[in-house]
Amino acid sequence: MASDHDQTGEADGINRLSASKWASLPIGRWLLMTVVIGWFALLILVPTIALARQAFAGGLAPLGRAMASEEFRQAFGMTLGITLVAVVVNTIFGVCFALVLVRQRFWGKTLADGLVDLPFAISPVVTGLMLVVLYGPDGWIGRHLETGGFRVVYALPGMILATLFVTLPFVVRGVVPVLQEFGVDQVEAAYILGAGRWVTFWRVTLPSIRWGLAYSMLLLIARSLGEFGAVMVVSGNLLGHTQTATLYVHDGIEGFRPEGAYAASLILAAVSFFMLIGMETFRKRLKASKQS
Amino acid sequence: MASVETTRSGGDTGLPDLVLRGMTLGYLGWMVVLPIIALGFQSLVAGPQAFLDAVLDPQAVHALKLTVVTALVMVVINVVMGTATAWVLVRYEFPGKKVMNALIDLPFAVPTVVTGLMLVLLYGPSSVLGTILGTYGFSVIYSQPGIVLALLFVSYPFVIRSVQPVLLELDRAEEEAAATMGASGWLTFWRVTLPTLAPAIFTGAALSFGRALGEFGSVILVAGNQPMKTKTTPLYVFGEIESGNKQGAMAVSLVLLALSLGVLISLNLYQRRWSLEDGK
Amino acid sequence: MSIVVENLSKRFGTFQAVSDVSFEVPTGQLVALLGPSGSGKSTILRIIAGLEDPDTGRVSLTGEDATSVPVQRRGVGFVFQHYALFRHMTVRQNVAFGLEVRKKPKAEIEEKVERLLKLVQLHGYADRYPSQLSGGQRQRVALARSLAPEPKVLLLDEPFGALDARVRDELRAWLRRLHDEVHVTSLFVTHDQQEAFEVSDQVVVLNHGKVEQYGPPQQLYERPVSPFVAQFLGQVNVLPMKALWNPQAIDLKHIQEAFGSDVLNTEEAVYVRPHDLDIHREPNTRPCWRGRIERLTPLGGIVRIDLSINSDERLQIDLPRDQQLALSLVQGDDVFVSPRSFTPIGPPKQIPGDAAGTFYTI
Repeated sequence: MASDHDQTGEADGINRLSASKWASLPIGRWLLMTVVIGWFALLILVPTIALARQAFAGGLAPLGRAMASEEFRQAFGMTLGITLVAVVVNTIFGVCFALVLVRQRFWGKTLADGLVDLPFAISPVVTGLMLVVLYGPDGWIGRHLETGGFRVVYALPGMILATLFVTLPFVVRGVVPVLQEFGVDQVEAAYILGAGRWVTFWRVTLPSIRWGLAYSMLLLIARSLGEFGAVMVVSGNLLGHTQTATLYVHDGIEGFRPEGAYAASLILAAVSFFMLIGMETFRKRLKASKQS
Repeated sequence: MASVETTRSGGDTGLPDLVLRGMTLGYLGWMVVLPIIALGFQSLVAGPQAFLDAVLDPQAVHALKLTVVTALVMVVINVVMGTATAWVLVRYEFPGKKVMNALIDLPFAVPTVVTGLMLVLLYGPSSVLGTILGTYGFSVIYSQPGIVLALLFVSYPFVIRSVQPVLLELDRAEEEAAATMGASGWLTFWRVTLPTLAPAIFTGAALSFGRALGEFGSVILVAGNQPMKTKTTPLYVFGEIESGNKQGAMAVSLVLLALSLGVLISLNLYQRRWSLEDGK
Repeated sequence: MSIVVENLSKRFGTFQAVSDVSFEVPTGQLVALLGPSGSGKSTILRIIAGLEDPDTGRVSLTGEDATSVPVQRRGVGFVFQHYALFRHMTVRQNVAFGLEVRKKPKAEIEEKVERLLKLVQLHGYADRYPSQLSGGQRQRVALARSLAPEPKVLLLDEPFGALDARVRDELRAWLRRLHDEVHVTSLFVTHDQQEAFEVSDQVVVLNHGKVEQYGPPQQLYERPVSPFVAQFLGQVNVLPMKALWNPQAIDLKHIQEAFGSDVLNTEEAVYVRPHDLDIHREPNTRPCWRGRIERLTPLGGIVRIDLSINSDERLQIDLPRDQQLALSLVQGDDVFVSPRSFTPIGPPKQIPGDAAGTFYTI
């Protein structure tokens, strides 16, 4: 039964027990901890600190100048806009598809379930290329859009499509397990009490999956803000024109305009740090709601 | 409790359900399936010879080898360190544990380009660390160790996050039973704990391997993009797109795609078998 | 009639969960659907509620055909085994849900929720969340919630199945009292014959998706129509007639009088409840078997005695403790057993002799 799988094992008693058990030699235990924490610091913390140090190396003035530039603002504006679209579209899709996967039975369901994961497995560059092949001037779809004067690749719609592709699985994957655990009892109870589908979704199902949904939406946002490869391929990376924050960072380094790159990276890293705090909060709420 | 009479037979199959199903499947087909079909079709339409020529180009072959080798090196390191990290996080208490646990996911949140920049700043030729390493004739950035380092960063959470929950749920009784039978700590770990963790470790390893095959953003800044030396397959594909060789890019992409799908599918099959054995 | 079920059938894949089930629940009664797991009882309940569509058959509620009425408009109350309370809502919000959905005025909702919470003795708990309540309290909230929209009928799916024994006993008695107070026609599913007997006016016994028997509990116990019902409702000894075909073991005259002279050659079996057997040290004028005590199990006021006859037939006897002491029975004793009555199987008309009597005495 699902409720038996609560991750409640963090209870102190267990930890104390283990200290005397596996690593009966304190030296082995300390060694392991040192190696693990040292590895974490070296791999994750030190590079982050290096970025912060470098960004502030010349004082605040170059940073401020970089942030004030038109290019910088446009790049972040573009990133936020694309992210907004990705969040709205893929959250709606994700919740709907999770409902379909959990509550419906149909032929080919296992296949559909597997297809959702594909964007996780496909290289961003390949994603970009696929979109170019399909929506490019001589692509199957692009050919027709182009004659209608509508540009997809090397323009904003292509970048949105790329971001939609790479962020497609997050909400589905985040919501499906929560929905499975939630079951159908409460939904059936609501139906019997006279509530229609719509009311039941808003008043019963959605509140029950909210923490899982919020968590996966944060992952989606993080991925969307940080997407680089796919967007780079479809944008054609024309300077200033179709540029996102990550492209701006890349250009800054390649184009020997590092202050802008440092400033943008610092902001992106700070944002991801705050999102991490958010994820941790949501995960705790999710765990707490599972245990009740 | 899954007796036949409590499971819902056909689920809802009213009109709203069919509409919902049709729309979501349509979106999935349009967004995911159609581009893959387009890529597959367009890369093969020029004939098998053109495809083979593109794939067997020495630079493409080298890129693929480099991608697989660097990914494998990363996976080995990640499996050991990831399992150890999960162990320490689940079983030991130390100050700052909660903070560390939260920061494990940082690589999922930080844009890959920013990761690349961080590594360049830390190990690059103009950095303190880079200079020191350079005097010993050891370069990280613009060479293969840099690629492995970037891959290690971006796939850091995978093994930890798959092993952690299993370790939390692991039946302590099994370990205790082994201990009462006189098994030493190490023996218990090797014979009892590790086999239980193996499926989760494998899952984490497969996920990081898949991620590493396609990694682009962090590698492009770190690798320096030198053909036959530090050009991984995603970089190669990107280079071919930039230089207008679409046929080459598509063919190699298809190979990379097949490789990633292979990893994904075998992971899926493995997990299905594992959950069957688990009786779930 | 409040609930009428006609020729209901339902198949899940290759599994025939319900086949051609018909029964009626009179208005105001509390009826139990009793059967082992997999007998289709929950499926029938879900079909009546509209949570499941039948393959064939009709469901009528208070005289109207409800077979194609959507679940929201059937006007039934439903209590789930695992409560199915809305976990993100307080007790008050849970009970009010069905009224809010019907867009009742606020004051009316408040007043009604108060009244219902008093009825289920939870008025002090209105602002708690389900996770802060015990199992028994949760089930009472679920009951209050299902009663709030004033359903035509109340359906309960193993309502006490998830509770521990003591709470279950309390709630059963309480449900019976509540039903006498509210008088809403109720149908509840259980696999526990004790529960069915304690709470219900009538019992529908189900097996393999079919109705085996329908009637008041005592009638089912005393006049089971099939070996299944006899065995499902309490302990019973099954003795093949052939086993009795031993002149030394029993005085056959009475049996032949009762069942006909050729009965002992058939494959028929007789059913004897453990408490319908007497033990003597010596044979007397009553028909009796010779047996050996294999095992004595004291169970408080009674002693359970496992007996072997002809060394291969087993009998179980429930004897009052004082009788065992009076006879000073111990393991290994050879004794004589005589049935006070058999439990006749089959419709009453097949029983010879006094068909109206509840006990068939030889």
